[in-house]
Amino acid sequence: MLEVNAVCKKFGGLNAVSATSLVVPKGKIVSLIGPNGAGKTTLFALISGFLKPDSGRVYFDGKDITNERPHSICRQGLVRTFQVVQPFANLSVKENIAVGAHTRLAKRADALAKATEVARLVGMEKMLKQSAGSLTIAGRKCLELARALSTEPKLLLLDEVMAGLNATEIQEIVKIINGIRDSGVTIFLIEHVMQAVMSLSDYTYVLNQGVIIADGEPREVTSNPAVIEAYLGHGAAERIAAIRTVSSRKETADA
Amino acid sequence: MSNRVRLIGWCTFLVMLSLIPLFITSGRWIDFLEMTMFVAVLGQGWNILGGYGGQYSFGNALFFGTGAYIQALLQFKFGLSPWFSLWFALAGTALVGAMVGYLSFRYGLRGSYFALITLAFAEAFHVLSRSLTAITEGGHGVQLTLNQNPDQAISTFQFNFAGEFLKAYGFYYTIFSIMLIAFCAVWLMERSRFGAQLVAVRENEDSAEALGINTFRVKMGAICFSASITAMAGVYYTQKFLFIEPGIAYGPAKSVEALFAPIVGGLGTVIGPLLGSFFIHGVGEITKEMIGHVLGNRPGVDLILFGVILVLVLAFLPRGLAGLVEDLWKRIFRGRNA
Repeated sequence: MLEVNAVCKKFGGLNAVSATSLVVPKGKIVSLIGPNGAGKTTLFALISGFLKPDSGRVYFDGKDITNERPHSICRQGLVRTFQVVQPFANLSVKENIAVGAHTRLAKRADALAKATEVARLVGMEKMLKQSAGSLTIAGRKCLELARALSTEPKLLLLDEVMAGLNATEIQEIVKIINGIRDSGVTIFLIEHVMQAVMSLSDYTYVLNQGVIIADGEPREVTSNPAVIEAYLGHGAAERIAAIRTVSSRKETADA
Repeated sequence: MSNRVRLIGWCTFLVMLSLIPLFITSGRWIDFLEMTMFVAVLGQGWNILGGYGGQYSFGNALFFGTGAYIQALLQFKFGLSPWFSLWFALAGTALVGAMVGYLSFRYGLRGSYFALITLAFAEAFHVLSRSLTAITEGGHGVQLTLNQNPDQAISTFQFNFAGEFLKAYGFYYTIFSIMLIAFCAVWLMERSRFGAQLVAVRENEDSAEALGINTFRVKMGAICFSASITAMAGVYYTQKFLFIEPGIAYGPAKSVEALFAPIVGGLGTVIGPLLGSFFIHGVGEITKEMIGHVLGNRPGVDLILFGVILVLVLAFLPRGLAGLVEDLWKRIFRGRNA
C-alpha cells in the first residue's frame, strides 16, 4: 500500500531523515516509534507531501507520489492528522468534519450528512453543534481523526493521536482505531503510548536520529538491545540483560 | 436566531428598502441610501476574500478603479453601450485579480505581506493611470457626456425607456439590484463547497491542504470573485457620476471604505457589510451635521470618529455588529422563554 524508498531530508546540517525505507502492507496497522526528535513527524510530512524529500521516493498504491502536493495526495486516499491538533476553531464540529467530506462530495447537504455519520463513528455525535475551539484535548484529537476519516482514506497516517489522553480515553480511541482498520482502512501511526502500540500494531518500525534501527513485531522490537539503548542510553541494554540473568538465575536457584 | 426568523427579517428589510423611493422624495436621503448600498457592495467584495478567506487586502481600490476605468473607457473610446461594456469591466477586473492572486498566493504570501502587495498594486495602478495618458486620459480623468438621444452610440444608464418614476430613481434601483446580486451570490457561496473550503483556508491553511483542499485554487477563485463584485461597484460609480479620475479610482479612500464596512458590520457574514455601511454612513452624516452646527464646516472630523469606532469595534465586538445583533437576539429570546 505504502512504500517509502531511501528517503532523505536535511534541515541545514541536520539529517532529519536519512535513507529511510519502509513498507506498510494493506489492511494492517503499522506503528512508528522512536525517542523525541527521531524524525517521525518529519517522515510523515515527507510521505503526505508537506515536505519534499532531498532524495528517495514515496509510492502509494504503486504510484509515485513523491512530488505531489498534500491535497492531491489526500484525494488519492492518503490522509494525515497533525500531532499538534489544528482544528478550524471558529467552526462547529459538524462543519469541521464536513470540510473533509467535501473532498468526495460536492453538495453541502451530502457533506453535512456524511459529517454526522462520521461523528457517530468516533463517538462525537453529541458535540456536533459545539464549536471546535471549545473542545477538550480528547475532543480535539477525536475531531482530528474524524476529519481525516471523512475524506474516505485508504491509508490513514495518525501522528500521536493518544498523546495527552488519560487511560480511559486511550482505551476508547484504541477501540475506534481497531474499528477503522476492520472497515478496511490501512493505518500507519506514530505513538509514544507503548501499551497502545503493543495492543494495536501488527508491525513496528523504530526510528532513531533519522535512521530505522529496528523493525518487526512489537514484542520482539521492544526487547531489541539497539532499541533499548536508543531510549535509555548507552549501556542500558547490557544492564537490563544483566538484571534479567540475575533474576532468572535466582528463579532457577529457588526452584 | 432561527433560520426562518432571519429569512423573514431579511425579506422585510429588502422590501422596505425597495419601496423607500415611493415615500421619501428628499434627494439627500436617496443619495444617502445610494451611497450606503454602494459601500455595502464595495464591502461585500472585500468580505469575500477578507472575511471568508482571511486574506486581508489593503488595496481593493485596485479592483474598484479597474472596473470603473474599463467601464468608462470602453464607452469613451469605442462608444460601447454601458450594458455591454460592464461585462468587460467584470471580466477584466477578475483578470487583474487573478494576476495579483497568482503572484501573492503562488509564493505563499499571507497576512501583512498580502496586505502590502495589494496596497502596492493599487498604488502602481494609481501612478500608471496618471502617466499612461494615451489610454486613461491621465490626471484629467474621463468625462462621459450624457447623451440626450439614447439611440446614439455614447449613452449611459439613462433609463429614458422607462417611465418617469424609474427615470428619477434609476440609480437607486441600479445599486439596489447590484447589491441584491452581490449579496445573493455571497449567500449562495456560503452554502456551497467552495464557501466551506474558503472558510477552512481562513481557519487553518495546513489543515485545509491536508484534507484535500487545493488552497491555491480556492484563494485564486476567491480573489477573482472578490474583484468582480468590487468591479460592480466601480461600474456603478462610473455610471452614476459619469466621471472617473486616478485619485478617486485608485486612491486609498475606497480601499479603506471597503474593509471598514465588513469589519464594523461583521467579518465573514452576508449581512455584515450592509450593517457596517449603514452604521458608518449614519454616524458620518450625524457627526457632519452636529459638528456643522457647532464648529461650522470641518471636513475630516467624521474620519477621526471612524478611526475611534474601528478601534472600539475591534476591541469589544470582534464579530462586529452582526455578532452583536445575534447575541442580543439570543438574550431576548431566552429571557422570554424563561
